Amino acid sequence: MELAAKRFADTVALFPTGRIDHATADSFKAALAPHLAVVAAGRDRAVIDLAGVEYISSVGLRVLILASKQVKAQGGALAVADLQPVVREIFEISRFNLVLEVFPTLREALAKLSPAALADFESA
Amino acid sequence: MRVRFWGTRGSIPVAMTSAEVQRKLVTALVAAAGRGLDTAGKARAFVESELDFSVSHTFGGNSSCVQLETDGPDYVLCDLGSGARAFGNALLATRGPSGHRFHVFMSHLHWDHIMGFPFFMPAYLPGNHVTIYGCHDTLEEAFRRQNAAPSFPVDFSRMEARIEFVRLEPERSYDLAGLRVRAKRQHHGGDSYGYRIEQRGTVVVYSTDSEHKQDDPEEVAAFVEFFRDADLVIFDAQYSLADAISVKEDWGHSSNVVGVEMCQLARARRLCLYHHEPIFDDERLARLLAETRRLEEITRTDHRVEVLAAYDGLEIAL
Repeated sequence: MELAAKRFADTVALFPTGRIDHATADSFKAALAPHLAVVAAGRDRAVIDLAGVEYISSVGLRVLILASKQVKAQGGALAVADLQPVVREIFEISRFNLVLEVFPTLREALAKLSPAALADFESA
Repeated sequence: MRVRFWGTRGSIPVAMTSAEVQRKLVTALVAAAGRGLDTAGKARAFVESELDFSVSHTFGGNSSCVQLETDGPDYVLCDLGSGARAFGNALLATRGPSGHRFHVFMSHLHWDHIMGFPFFMPAYLPGNHVTIYGCHDTLEEAFRRQNAAPSFPVDFSRMEARIEFVRLEPERSYDLAGLRVRAKRQHHGGDSYGYRIEQRGTVVVYSTDSEHKQDDPEEVAAFVEFFRDADLVIFDAQYSLADAISVKEDWGHSSNVVGVEMCQLARARRLCLYHHEPIFDDERLARLLAETRRLEEITRTDHRVEVLAAYDGLEIAL
């Protein structure tokens, strides 16, 4: 599981690629861990940009909800953005669109989470 | 083999409300306007061919009870929820009062899965023989206790059929009622057991009240093997996946999404959504079925799984 990361001011954007399923969910979880560890209230936020993800199974969705719970427990914020059409449908059918903050684009997610991150994104 | 659903609702029996009946009637009448439906035959043909299922039918509200019609003379059931009452009454009306042999495989002993037995009329009639199989050590106690004061006015001892309880060991295969049967322990409060039931190459898996937490790859693989190449998987899809792994985690139920994935991995032929959420009306359940079919379609690789939603009265020929 590839997971690129890019920082915009106080927000880290994470870019997984490929399929997140039974075969890859554990490595996705492991790759997320160091980035989520630093997300904390007033200090850091995270957006997972799913533009490069063609499929996510229930196990992958479980990783996302565990990530969201962890970040909330740390007092931070986590959102997902930029879902491919199939992944968006999976989110809707599983009702994950109701339990995670989902944005059409990374820009819109940053705009909601952090003005500083948005400014950094716009200037990049 | 033929599978007949007598009760498909989870947790508690429900009934359609007056408002729901009225909504169906209004929808049907508007759809029928100007169609000249002036005979019962024309009206029936219109209802059967042109109205959505959620308008022309209902998913029903009885709790868990499924009949497996085998080649043999005996009657085989899974669970004795309130649907067992309808089954018993239909049997007495068509096949007479006695001389019947029943085999019942119990997933577990929660209320909604045993509550039909006090109203299962064949159990009160001499000449009938009921064998109830299960893996819980409180199997017999649960049935005797609900057919006794202060829960019920007619004591278990008043049942005049021959009734016996047989403990099964999970993960062991048995030859019962002409079927090869194997139980598997499932994650549910107090445990539940799924059954893989085979007869001459036809395989039905009855897996209700089963939460799939998916945090243990070995457990996932074990369930995939349990479902392997089944002709029909009857699957607890009471919750959405989001609910099942967030607010309703450890409540002991699963989702349509996990059902599709597991049947795809197991290369099962049919997935039947079962143990429906009691707060869902017919429209909502029809939408759940449509969404699940869509999910199967967009995630399909080289194997198609036919997706069905159980309703009281559904029959599936295998």
